Amino acid sequence: MSQPGIYGVMAEFDTASALVSAARAARAQGYRALDAYSPFPIEELTDALHLHKNKLPLIVLAGGILGGLTGFFLQYWIAVIYFPINIGGRPLNSWPSFIVITFELTILFASLAAVFGMLALCGLPMPYHPVFNVSRFSAASRSRFFLCIEAADPLFDAAKTREFLGSLEPREVSDVAS
Amino acid sequence: MADDRQIVVEEPAPGEIIAPGYTFGTITDQIASVVLTRRTPLFWFAAFGLGGSLLMIFLLAVTLLMAKGVGIWGIRTPVMWGFAITNFVWWIGIGHAGTLISAILLLLNQRWRNSINRFAEAMTLFAVACAGMFPLLHMGRPWLFYWMLPYPNTMAIQPQFRSPLVWDVFAVSTYATVSLLFWYVGLMPDLGTLRDRTKNPIGRAIYGIMAMGWRGSARHWSIFETASLLLAGVATPLVLSVHTVVSFDFTIAIVPGWHSTFFPPYFVAGAIYSGFAMVLALAIPLRSVYGLQGLITAKHLDNCGKIMLATGWIVAYAYLLELFNAWYGGNTYEQAAFWHRMTGPYAFQYWSLVACNILLLQILWFKRVRSSPTLLFISSLVVLSGMWLERYMIIVSSLAQDFLPSSWGIFQGTRWDWATYLGTIGLFLFLFFLFVRALPMISIFEVRAMLPQAKVSKEAER
Repeated sequence: MSQPGIYGVMAEFDTASALVSAARAARAQGYRALDAYSPFPIEELTDALHLHKNKLPLIVLAGGILGGLTGFFLQYWIAVIYFPINIGGRPLNSWPSFIVITFELTILFASLAAVFGMLALCGLPMPYHPVFNVSRFSAASRSRFFLCIEAADPLFDAAKTREFLGSLEPREVSDVAS
Repeated sequence: MADDRQIVVEEPAPGEIIAPGYTFGTITDQIASVVLTRRTPLFWFAAFGLGGSLLMIFLLAVTLLMAKGVGIWGIRTPVMWGFAITNFVWWIGIGHAGTLISAILLLLNQRWRNSINRFAEAMTLFAVACAGMFPLLHMGRPWLFYWMLPYPNTMAIQPQFRSPLVWDVFAVSTYATVSLLFWYVGLMPDLGTLRDRTKNPIGRAIYGIMAMGWRGSARHWSIFETASLLLAGVATPLVLSVHTVVSFDFTIAIVPGWHSTFFPPYFVAGAIYSGFAMVLALAIPLRSVYGLQGLITAKHLDNCGKIMLATGWIVAYAYLLELFNAWYGGNTYEQAAFWHRMTGPYAFQYWSLVACNILLLQILWFKRVRSSPTLLFISSLVVLSGMWLERYMIIVSSLAQDFLPSSWGIFQGTRWDWATYLGTIGLFLFLFFLFVRALPMISIFEVRAMLPQAKVSKEAER
C-alpha cells in the first residue's frame, strides 16, 4: 500500500558495516525493492542485496566477438574482393597480416560494449532521480551511507517502514519525495 | 559537516599505503578542494603559462608547416622520418605507464595504484594526443588524414592491410579511444562528488551533466566494478600491443638496425620505463605544491623508482642483446649499423643515451635515492631525455647509413623540428594543468576504499 508522492523511506548510517547490517536486516524482513548508496563500492553490500548477477560480461563478450569478425571480414572483403592487389604473387587472403587489426577492433568493440553496456544496465544518464530530494543525500558521495526502501515494495507502508528503519540505529530517517 | 572529525580513526595496519588519520570526509575534501575551493597556487599559473607559451610556439610551427610544407623540418632523403616519428614513439611510450597503472596493476590487485591512477591516465590521454600530432603533421597534408581509413571513396583505392603503418592507425586510435573511455568511467563517481560539493551553480550543472546522474547506488557499484575489471582486462593486452605494433613499423622493414624480432618487448619495456619517469616527473611537484604527501606517499615514489629500475634493466639488456645479435648474426650490414651508431656521426647521442638510460639509472638501487623526491625527479628527467635519444638513435642513425654508402645522408633537426617538439610538450603541460584545475587529480572513491574504515566488520558479514 504505497503512499502517493513518496518514492520511499531512507535511513542514513555512519559506517559501511552499519549499512551492510541494515541491508541484511531489511532483506530478512522481506523487503525486496531496496537500494543502498555508498561513497565507494562495498563488496559485502553486493552480497547482502543479492546483486551478483549482471549481464555485462556477456555484453562485452558479444561486443568482442562482433569486433573481431568486423575486423577480419573488413580486411578480407577489401583485400580479396573489393580491392585485390597482387604483390609478388602473395595470396590475397594473407590472414597473418590481418591479425593486428582484427585484434584491435576486438578490443575496441569490447570496450565500447563495456562502457555503453554499463551505462545501459545502470540506466544512466539519468537527469532526475528522487533520492536527490533528500537534502542530506549529497553526503552519499562524500562520507555517508544510505539505505532506501522504495514505495514500490509490496510490504511498504510509510509508517511501518519508517519505524523498521528507525530500529536499525540510523543517524536519521527521512521520506524521499518522488 | 564538521561532525566527521569526531569519527575515531583506527591505527593503520603496517601494510597500509596512505598516511594514517584520514577519514572519508577529509579525503574527499582534500582532493576536491584543489578544484573547488582552494586558491590556485602560483605554481599552477607558472606551469600552465609555460605550457600555454610553448603551445603558441607549436601553433606557429604548425601554421608555417601548413604554409610551406614538411620541408621546414630537417627531413631529407634518406632520413625521412626524423623528429616526427622519434617524437611519436617517445610520446606514445610515455602514455603506456598510465594504462599499466590503471589496468595491469588493477588486475594484479596493487592497491597503492589507487592514489596515482587518475592523473597517470590523464597523462596517457594527453601523451597520446601529442603523439598523434606527429604522424598527422608528417603526412604533409593532415586534412586528408581520413584517407588512411577504409571507407567507400571515389578514388577507387583502399588501405593496404599488410602494412604496419596501417596497423598503427588502428592500434593508436583504438588505444586513444579505450584510454578515454576507461578514464571517463573511472571519473564518473568523482564527478558526482564534485557535483554534490560545489557551490557554484554553473559548476554544478557541468559536473552534473558529466556525472550522468551517478548516485552511488549499490546496484550501480556492482555493475561499475564489473565494467572496471572487464575494461582493465581488455586494456591490458591492448597496452602491450600498441607499442608492439609501433615497433612493427621498424621491424617489418629490412633496414639494418630495425629488422629484429626482439623489438616488441624491448619497445614495451622502454615505453613503461619512460612512462614511469613521466609519472614521477608529474607526481613529485604536484604532491608538494598541493600538500598531497599523505596520499601520494614516499611508498609510491619508491615503487615507481623500483619499476623504473626493473624496466630500465630490460632496456639495458635489449641494448646488449642488439649488439650481441649483430655480432653473432654475422650480417655485415647489421654489424656496420651498430658500429656506425657507436662511432659514427651520432656517437655522441648513442653514448649519451647509454649514460642516461643505463649508467645513471643505477643510483636507483639505493633506498636513499628512491626516498629523496628531488633526486627521483632529476633521474626521471634524465630517463625521459635518455629515452628520447634512444628513439632518435633507432630511427635516425639506421636511416642515415643503410646499405649503400652512396645513398647515405646526415639528419639534423631544424629550428622548426625543435619548435614542433617543444610545442607538443607545451600542449601536454597545457592540457595536463587544465585537468589538474578542473577535475580531481586523485581518484577520490578509490582512495576512500583504501581506508581501514572502509572494511566491513565481521559481525556485519554474517
